Amino acid sequence: MTPISQVSGKAYPFGRKNVDTDVIIPAHWLKTVTRDGLGKGCLESVKKEPGNVFTDPAFAGAPILIAGDNFGCGSSREHAAWALLDMGVTCVIAPSFSDIFSGNAFKNGILTVALPQDAIDRLLEVAKTDPISIDLEHQTVTTPFQDRFLFEIDPFRKHCLLNGLDEVGLTLAQDATISAYEARTGETMPFLAHPTRHTA
Amino acid sequence: MTKQPRTLYQKIWDAHVVDTRDDGTCLIYIDRHIVHEVTSPQAFEALRVSGRKVRRPDLHIAVPDHNVPTTARRDANGKRIPIADPQSAQQLDMLERNAPEFGIRYIGDADREQGIVHVIGPEQGFSLPGATIVCGDSHTACNGGLGALAFGIGTSEVEHVMATQTLLLKQSKTFQVNVEGTLGAGVSPKDVILHIIGVIGTAGGTGYVIEYTGNVFREMSIEGRLTVCNMSIEGGARAGLVAPDETTFAYVKGRPYAPVGADWDKAVAWWQSLASDPGATYDKSVHIRAEDIQPTVTWGTSPEDTAPIGGVVPAPEDFADASKRDAVKHSLDYMGLTPGTRLTDIAVENVFIGSCTNSRIEDIRAAAAILKGRKKAPGVKWAIVVPGSGLVKEQAEAEGLDKIIIEAGLEWREPGCSACLAMNPDKVPSGERCASTSNRNFTGRQGPGARTHLVSPAMAAAAAVTGHLTDVRTLSENS
Repeated sequence: MTPISQVSGKAYPFGRKNVDTDVIIPAHWLKTVTRDGLGKGCLESVKKEPGNVFTDPAFAGAPILIAGDNFGCGSSREHAAWALLDMGVTCVIAPSFSDIFSGNAFKNGILTVALPQDAIDRLLEVAKTDPISIDLEHQTVTTPFQDRFLFEIDPFRKHCLLNGLDEVGLTLAQDATISAYEARTGETMPFLAHPTRHTA
Repeated sequence: MTKQPRTLYQKIWDAHVVDTRDDGTCLIYIDRHIVHEVTSPQAFEALRVSGRKVRRPDLHIAVPDHNVPTTARRDANGKRIPIADPQSAQQLDMLERNAPEFGIRYIGDADREQGIVHVIGPEQGFSLPGATIVCGDSHTACNGGLGALAFGIGTSEVEHVMATQTLLLKQSKTFQVNVEGTLGAGVSPKDVILHIIGVIGTAGGTGYVIEYTGNVFREMSIEGRLTVCNMSIEGGARAGLVAPDETTFAYVKGRPYAPVGADWDKAVAWWQSLASDPGATYDKSVHIRAEDIQPTVTWGTSPEDTAPIGGVVPAPEDFADASKRDAVKHSLDYMGLTPGTRLTDIAVENVFIGSCTNSRIEDIRAAAAILKGRKKAPGVKWAIVVPGSGLVKEQAEAEGLDKIIIEAGLEWREPGCSACLAMNPDKVPSGERCASTSNRNFTGRQGPGARTHLVSPAMAAAAAVTGHLTDVRTLSENS
């Protein structure tokens, strides 16, 4: 995973609430068996709306997306995160995110920044004309106009993002602890630990 | 020393903690993982690239559902019919190769036990009360109807579960949704959950796990509880649960993977201890009167856009929040609806009865009860009933329900996700409406430009015979 510490540049001033994963990447794009090439299908229906920010050349290649409440609600498809990455977005700023989406974003090195609605409103305004900067180390979002918004992030996620750490590798290092759990529950909860097919 | 009272969720959580970090993140053991063709290829690929194996293949089952066409799977000679769409065929082929390569049981598209992941988990007794259950699909929450902690995961987490049989998680907050009272005639579990989402909103459960409490859920069948828990995700919650009870044990007993003998007794003893303790507290609660729930439909493109069938299409001005007003404007435009229109005046050209929300035997029975002796309305061009699994299909056919459905002029299909999401040949044409028993009315969900109205199986059947959204109670009275 690519380490991430700072994201600076143009931001799509989208602002819409409840952007679901079917909008981020419609199901007919999910028939892939690799992670690449989904950027074309990213926000497909929005890109067809007149005056949308995603086909506006002023924002082409922007690394940041600013959205409304509950971004990424809906399905668990990780393709939503892959599609945003493939479109070049590495940071999404919104008042809130769906739990599954923020997990998927994190696991793919996309930084999700939750800020209060008034901060979002200000950033949406600034982003129309000017760039925005996110500093993960100091947990700040800044604009060229002295705006400075602090955001919260889970310390473990911050550590992994800053260092580009692979979660599976980290957990595999705890193999002995997992085996001990399995030995314990094999005794106490055999019905969960060892599923057996008794009848067809 | 008295023990701190705990909720059902906390008890399941505590039983699955492998390790706790300083910041409160826990390594949680995952008891069951169900794999389908869409969210798994990249996870298997990652395992292969890094030379990792599946730690406990016996805790996983793989089955294709999203991509499979719902037309005949075998020809007259019993030979498997290949899938026409090359990309769908490729995803199925990959699952068929990946699962055995990593030691996982694979149920093929033409096997009698094939079905929708969330239907076959409980049906096979693979999903059990008190278990942690995951799948790369958000409607995994469905399994919570058995009193399991079940939730959807992304592909990276699928890989994590395969390699380590664990997930790194932070404990969620708890949200009690309590429904007490007596449900009126014609009010189904689907209406209950649609009503709940209308009350709490699609972000109401974000960060929470819902526990459904109250006599309405205690008196509900397992099929009904699975329907309710299924749509927890539409209420923003990653998981929803109903405490396991005698109804649950009766449902689980005798299923292929259900424990037997001494294991069964041990299991029941533990399951009986899982219900939330008296005095356990929830981070938030909402109380709903069962009498306030009507047969419910959605009019917009968010599952929270619900109204009782006797109501009208709202106007953007009816909403206080400016951004919601905007969303409603968008919704109505997409749905082609005018504020003030009576919901029962909305004509539908398509009817879909199926999906992980409503494709179990009770759902097919509810639809057939309305369809019996009636005919599909001429304005309805396409109406299909898609059982959730091969075993549901067998059961329905044994009860003669397929004949009722076909005589009414609807199609009786092979199991799969079908028209719930536009990933297989079952799609709703652009600009047309569908009365659908699925779970999402998102823009483009059932096909580009498709207009979805979420309803219960009985309400979908009612729409099929009248040609418009219909209060099922008016039909029942006439029959």
